[in-house]
Amino acid sequence: MSLPQSTTQPSLLPVGKAERAAASEASPAEIDVSCRPVLLLLLGGAIWLVGGAFLGLIASLKFHSPNLLADCPWLTYGRVHPAATNALVYGAAMQAGLAVLLWLICQLGRTKLAAPALVIAGCMVWNLGTAAGLLGILAGDSTGFEWLEIPRYGAALLFFGYLAVALAAMLSFHQRSERQLSVVHWFLLSALFWFPWIYSTAELLLVVWPVRGTLQSVIAWWYANNLTTIWFGFVGLGAGFYFVPKLTNKPLYSHYLALFAFWMLAIFGSWVGIPVGAPVPSWLPALSSFAGVLTIIPILAVALNVQKTSCGQVPPQTGAALPFVLFGMMAYVVAGLMGCAASIAKVSEVTNFTWFIPAQAQLTVYGFFVMVMFGATYYIVPRLTQTELSIGFEKWHFRLAALGVLFYVVPLAIGGIRQGFALNNSNVAFLDVVKGTLMFLRISTTGDLLLLAGSLLLLLNLLGMLGRVGRACYTTAMAANRNANTKAAEVPA
Amino acid sequence: MNAGPLVFLAAFFAAATSWLGFVLVPQLQIGGQNQVEARDSGQLYPSRRPGLARQGAEVYRANGCYYCHSEQVRSSSIVPASGHSEAVRGFGGDVDRGWGARKSLVQSVAQDYLYDYPVMLGSQRVGPDLANIGARQTNAVWLLAHLYNPQDTSKGSTMPPYRFLFTKTRLKPGEKPAPDALPSGTGGTTADEQVVPTDDARALVAYLLSLHSESLVYPETPPWPKPNPQAEAATNATAATNQPATPPAK
Repeated sequence: MSLPQSTTQPSLLPVGKAERAAASEASPAEIDVSCRPVLLLLLGGAIWLVGGAFLGLIASLKFHSPNLLADCPWLTYGRVHPAATNALVYGAAMQAGLAVLLWLICQLGRTKLAAPALVIAGCMVWNLGTAAGLLGILAGDSTGFEWLEIPRYGAALLFFGYLAVALAAMLSFHQRSERQLSVVHWFLLSALFWFPWIYSTAELLLVVWPVRGTLQSVIAWWYANNLTTIWFGFVGLGAGFYFVPKLTNKPLYSHYLALFAFWMLAIFGSWVGIPVGAPVPSWLPALSSFAGVLTIIPILAVALNVQKTSCGQVPPQTGAALPFVLFGMMAYVVAGLMGCAASIAKVSEVTNFTWFIPAQAQLTVYGFFVMVMFGATYYIVPRLTQTELSIGFEKWHFRLAALGVLFYVVPLAIGGIRQGFALNNSNVAFLDVVKGTLMFLRISTTGDLLLLAGSLLLLLNLLGMLGRVGRACYTTAMAANRNANTKAAEVPA
Repeated sequence: MNAGPLVFLAAFFAAATSWLGFVLVPQLQIGGQNQVEARDSGQLYPSRRPGLARQGAEVYRANGCYYCHSEQVRSSSIVPASGHSEAVRGFGGDVDRGWGARKSLVQSVAQDYLYDYPVMLGSQRVGPDLANIGARQTNAVWLLAHLYNPQDTSKGSTMPPYRFLFTKTRLKPGEKPAPDALPSGTGGTTADEQVVPTDDARALVAYLLSLHSESLVYPETPPWPKPNPQAEAATNATAATNQPATPPAK
């Protein structure tokens, strides 16, 4: 099938109606209908988000009273905390990321979703893997590597679930009718490819045929950094560079700047993550530190691009999609700068082993990635089902989530820096250092609560919409049935 | 322009660089690391942990102790001027807090973790570093009591109690507590109750006691930039101060 080649810049710009009609490809509405299996991934993500937020709240409450639920081994801090992280990362964030990635590849390529059955099967396997993994962690079966705690039975399911969804994405990409690639493609396709590589490496060399000694830690750090900086970075930025122009109804400020950010991030971003002072050959943390400082280049490129694209008059918004996406992009820049700072040896001497590090990770995963995914969800879901979501819920979700991220991250970051200085001052007794962080930890529980409330609103909104769709289908089916019955009754007469 | 393959090629090369750098090259460099012989005694280091301690590492892993406790003492990045060894401080406050067991500026090194699986270096210090807990705290009963009720041993600690690693039973009138029961009064137990550690608790304590990086390697600071005769003399005198770990109470 040969199609008229577009001579314009890769199109993130709204396509002219005439041009669209001229081509023989599927219309956006048809594409949306074909993408309905994506809803499953989004719904699964929303459920894990609530579950993860709940587990996170339990973990956070332990800092109010260490005795809380202490007699149940399944709910001890060292199990609930990683379970919450894994539910957020694998259950919610990555699943939503895959959903948005699929939809974007179909929309950008102006093609219907290929192999929807693969998406559905992959989604089920992925969710099964997450559930098995979380149960494993809670039962004490964790692997012992941070961000890779899910035991091997869960990990295998996650891997194959991902491959199935990725295959559907590749098939959709292959059959695209818009051959021109946009910069968003670079981000999304690289991410698609990156995860199987890092996950299989980490699982094979840490769990199946473990390497010796601290090489394990090096691989675990390499994996965790590649997952956050590259996978979440690429999918989140790809979605951001699609939705910011779309929602502000302006062209992306610079495709080249975005492509430049992509390359800088791909080259330097994947080397970050090994803390200074780790018991490994010292060139490793030195290289990591160097690369970490250089990631300031792509971060500033992203900041400039988003700022230049979104400044000025913005068309009136009905929902909260744009605030979510813009909040996410701002969080990306802040979290990136925090990460940059923490790679400098002098800063790392203070921040390493403190709450500053989890604060930065949460700002990246939740503040940036999940928030962009929320924005995308509120944009995509009504189009898939042709049914409106509750705008009120959506707006309240934004307020709760934005406040939740701030209440979670800001106290932990400040408390972490104070903790770091106190830890390095041996005149302060260790228990006093611990007590000094308690107030900040307890304030951050408010953040956990707000995030839980916000994610409940999202889940209720999605379920409510599905209920309305179901009722509408039921009513139509019943009406059709009645018509058929009356016709049937008429025939003998 | 059909640049699909180009995108994948780009992603492949970008992913390959850090894979080569952080997975393959370190493996080539220290993947074949083995036990080393101490210079003077010819003793091999590190030795494998005893079986009970290895079971304890599993308990440590299963309950996620490493989310709050690190197991690495950062070495000093500051090289002392000759003759001013007292001015030396470690990277961060690790050495000042007495977490290091070596007299050397070099603290935790890759060699220390050779036989550990999984290696749980940890990323947080909600609790103190445990890399040398076996050298600092050799009293198994203290460790057990700390696990049962941290408030007894460290007032104001945020550590949750691990009562599920113990069994609490009521004593019949006239019955004597088991020999390995925790001292009466631990965690508010009354005189007619006894708290007995389970196998998991005993294994965990054996693991904790096995945590001490020996002075067998790096008994003194390697001579960079130049040897420091004074410091060497000092370390030679105290090279064998590490107390052997006492086995946990049976």
